[in-house]
This record gives sequence, C-alpha cells and structure tokens, in this order.
Amino acid sequence: MRIIVCIKQVPDPQASSSGTKVDVEAKRVIMPQGTPPVMNPYDENALEVALKIKDAHGARITVISAGRNLAKPVLRKSLASGADDLILLEDNAFEQLDSYATAHLLAAAIREIGEYDLILCGRQAADTDAGQVGSGIAEILKIPCITAACKVELSDGKVRVERVVSDGSEIFEAPLPAVVTASSEVGELRYPKLKDLQAAQKMPITTRNAQALGVDVSKLQRLNLVRLSAPQGRKSECQFIEGETPEEAGANLALKLREAQLL
Amino acid sequence: MAEYNGIMTYCEIIDGKLPSITKEVLGCGRKLADDLGQELCTVLVGSDVGSLAQEAIALGADKVYVVDDPLLKEYQTDAYVSVMEKVVKQVMPQILILGQTSVGRDLAPMLAFRLDTTATLDCVGLAIDPDTKLLLRTKPVYGGNGLATFTCESYPQIATVRDKVMPTPEPVSKPGEVITIDAGLDPSAIRARLLKRVKEEEAGVRLEDAQVIISGGRGIGSAEGFNQLQELAALLKGAVGASRPACDNRWIAPNRQVGITGKIVSPDLYIAIALSGSIQHLSGCAQSRSIVAINTDPEAFIFKQADFGVVGDWKKVLPAFRDKLKELLPG
Repeated sequence: MRIIVCIKQVPDPQASSSGTKVDVEAKRVIMPQGTPPVMNPYDENALEVALKIKDAHGARITVISAGRNLAKPVLRKSLASGADDLILLEDNAFEQLDSYATAHLLAAAIREIGEYDLILCGRQAADTDAGQVGSGIAEILKIPCITAACKVELSDGKVRVERVVSDGSEIFEAPLPAVVTASSEVGELRYPKLKDLQAAQKMPITTRNAQALGVDVSKLQRLNLVRLSAPQGRKSECQFIEGETPEEAGANLALKLREAQLL
Repeated sequence: MAEYNGIMTYCEIIDGKLPSITKEVLGCGRKLADDLGQELCTVLVGSDVGSLAQEAIALGADKVYVVDDPLLKEYQTDAYVSVMEKVVKQVMPQILILGQTSVGRDLAPMLAFRLDTTATLDCVGLAIDPDTKLLLRTKPVYGGNGLATFTCESYPQIATVRDKVMPTPEPVSKPGEVITIDAGLDPSAIRARLLKRVKEEEAGVRLEDAQVIISGGRGIGSAEGFNQLQELAALLKGAVGASRPACDNRWIAPNRQVGITGKIVSPDLYIAIALSGSIQHLSGCAQSRSIVAINTDPEAFIFKQADFGVVGDWKKVLPAFRDKLKELLPG
C-alpha cells in the first residue's frame, strides 16, 4: 500500500484576523508580523487519514509539497508524525501557483513515483481557499476522486468514504487507485513526539525542480489575479449589555432584544 | 475563441425543486448574458426533471437543456461530470456558473479539469470586464481576509457563486426553448459509486431558512451543552448552528456548520454563544441583520462584528436569558 499525501505550506490561519492587511498595490495579503508558516490544516487532516490507514493496514506514506522557499522544518513535521518520505517540488518559478498549475505539478511528481494506491489532499487550502487541486490530480491521472471526506476506510482494494453534504451524509466507494480530499471532521493530525521531531530533522528528503520534473509552469498558469482588496466588514458597534451578575446580564439582554424588536 | 458563445448555468435540483441558490445563479447568469448581449441557457440534470424547465425559463433562461436518465437520479461525480462535459462540448458556452453547494464544489473543479480550463469557487461577485469581456471572478481568500478578483482566458470560464449573495430573480412570463440531450452514459464510467445517502431530518426550521439562529462554538464544550441551545432555538422557532471546532468534536451534526466550509446564513438574528468568531466562521454569518454575542473573553473577535454583546459565562447567562424571554414572549 503506497499512499501519497499532498501538503501545502500556508501562513498560519490561526494568526489574528484583525492584524491581517491587504496590500492593494502589490496584490498581496500581508499576514501579521511573525505569522509562522504551517502545514495547511486540511492537509494535516489528510495526513492523519494516511497515518490511520498505516496503523491499521501498514503503508508507505510519501508526502509531496510544492512551492518556493519551502520551510523544511515545518514540512518535516510530516515525517515526525509517521510519513516515510518527503518530496519537495521547489523552484523559484513555483511562487504563486494556481490550482491548475499545482495539480499538474503534483500529478507530474506522482507519475514519476509511478506506484500509488491512494492519494490524499486537504479539501482546500487556508490561504487561497480554491478547493480544486485534489479533483485536478484525479482528472489528470484519470482516476476517481471523492471530495470532502469525513471518514475514510479501505477494504478489498477499494476506498469507502463518508462525506458531509448540506442535508446529511453520503457514502461513496471507489476502486483504487483513487484521490480522496479530507475535511476537518476526519480528525486532527496527531502530535509527534519530541524525539521523532528531532529525528525527522535529519531524515533525507528529495527535492525536484521544474527542470527535473520536465514542466514549464509559465504555460500552466491559468488564473490572472486582477485585483486584491480588503473586504468590507460588517459595520457594527457592539453595545455591551451589563448586569450585577451574569444572570442579570442575560435577563437584560432579553429585555434589550425585545425592546429593539429583534425578538 | 469565436466559437464559444452564451452563458450557461447549472440548474441544481434539491428534492425535486429549484432551491434558492439555483434561482440566484440563474439571476446572475441573466445579468451577465444581458451585459454581453448573449443568450442564457441552463442545464437540468437528473431523473424525471423536465417539468422544471418552464420554471427555469420564467427565472431567466432562454434555453433549457434537459438531460434525463434514471442513472442520474442521485448526484454522483463521475456521472454528472460526464454529462456536463457532453453538454458543454455541444453547446460551447463562454461562461458556466454553478452554485457553491455540496454538488457545485464537487462538480465544478473536476469538470473544469476535464475541459482543460479552470474554475473559481465561492465567488461573491461576477461581472464582465468592459475591455477584455472576460469574466471577473471575485472571491474571498485567506479565509475572508482578502477579496481577490481573477480572470481566466481559457474557455469555458467556470465559477461557482456563494449562497445568498446574488439577488433572487422574480419569475416572469416569457418564451423559452426546451432541448433534450441524451445522457449517453456508460454505467462503467461511474467509478466512484454512491452506496448510501442519509438525509438528516432537521427538526423544526432548516438552518438555511431560519430567521433566528442560535450558534455555539468551542466554549459550549459538549453535546449536552448544545441541547440547551436546541431548547432556546425551539422557543424562538429558530435553528441551531455551530462553528467548525464544535462540529469537529461531534457535539453537533457536521451539516450544522456555519462558515466558508459550511453553510452561509442570513437570519434576522444570529446569537453566537461561546464562539470566538474566526473570520472563516464570520464569512458564513456576516450577512445576518443583527448579531448578538455571548462570550467570556471581552477581546473575542466576535464582539467586533456584533451589535449586542454580553461578556460572561454562557452557562449562567443563557438560562436567565431564556427564562426572561419565556416571560416576555407572547403565547
């Protein structure tokens, strides 16, 4: 069983929202100073799915990440958590990759690996929120894809996936190889042990650039970013309702909402 | 690319009806079609769905393509992608718009890659660039901290639109053409198969339709805690919502999630309890007419978005709030 997990490095989405700024000129979102790079949380969920399968059935897990100036200590956390190999697709040309280019790059690397049973991705990235790379890889490799998984099981060469939909849930089954994209409900990535984190810093990793992969990213970019602006927030001034005790504040809130004819 | 012409929308059907998002997508498509001086067509895919064609025409479509096949009774990615690929290749629209629903977020990306183009999901604005005539696709990025506008020169230009952002068109009496397209589906093309669909019956009001929503976050701490929210929702004839952490902890069903990866709601009153208000969550409820927050942390981000707030422990505030409301509410 060979599992491939695609992981994107993103600025920590837990960083305070109030400190985020938009540079309209440069068309960039500026995160608060000191925001660390992390593995995209949904991709961590995908890695956890892979690790659970490894626990239950045994598997070799290969993590692939693409980008420019990748933070290796951050991505090595995947090795510390239990992944077996880490492949970095790194090139100056890989800076602002769109979904189309990313999917083609990752698919090229996966084809190079050649052998794979299950490819796992997060349902979307916390920075671009594009939500397309998993489906794209599947389509390029001509294998099935099941998106937004909240539960993943393997049996008899098939993957069975429960997915969350707006009015309930669905169970899909696909023959392997297949792509599955993970939603947060599959569970958070386990905490690696300190000694595994230390060991992971010394494990070998493979790096491939555009030339080695034989891809010309400039031909793969489809989206043009025309404009980036700051969103219009809700215009509101919070009126705090007080009371001698929390109970009194609660009762006063009821009175206030009635008075404002909101209830 | 002169051969591509017209705007197409995907006419999603839920429980045999056209839901509000489908109408919003049709309205948006109509506007883009008028701006470009082109036709608007829409595609009905399913089993026994032809009867909805007239409604789609009344909502703005000039042409309705109907693909009816028993194999299309339930949404399955492979079947629907194949069918839509066939329809798009036959009709060759410049633009294809879908709703950002469970179906839209699954269908649009795979269809885009199948057609060797790229989609933009979760758009909150779609317009035609006056110079290039390309589709300007505006969507929130960084969880809602930025608003990005993209264009793409490969056709068809595909986008999904966020629920409750576009206006719902009023039906009008107008002519329109209904064209049947044979699905021509090979059952073996369906690789990922649907084994089971479980529809969660929502007691009372649906979250998407509720005028009052009681939403709980990480601070609720348990499924029992959510029972108290449920009780308040019943009293106010509203529905219960939740943040992603609360859903991930399974204190409440995952389809109660409000936010970018959950549902977009716009009630008259949104009561956020023990919920810090991540921007991802706020993206889902910012269109509420009024927001009330109850949180122990006076610095919680939710208070920056709220109209009324109580700083305090919800376990103490909520029962008193509920009891007082029982006293005040008629009947």
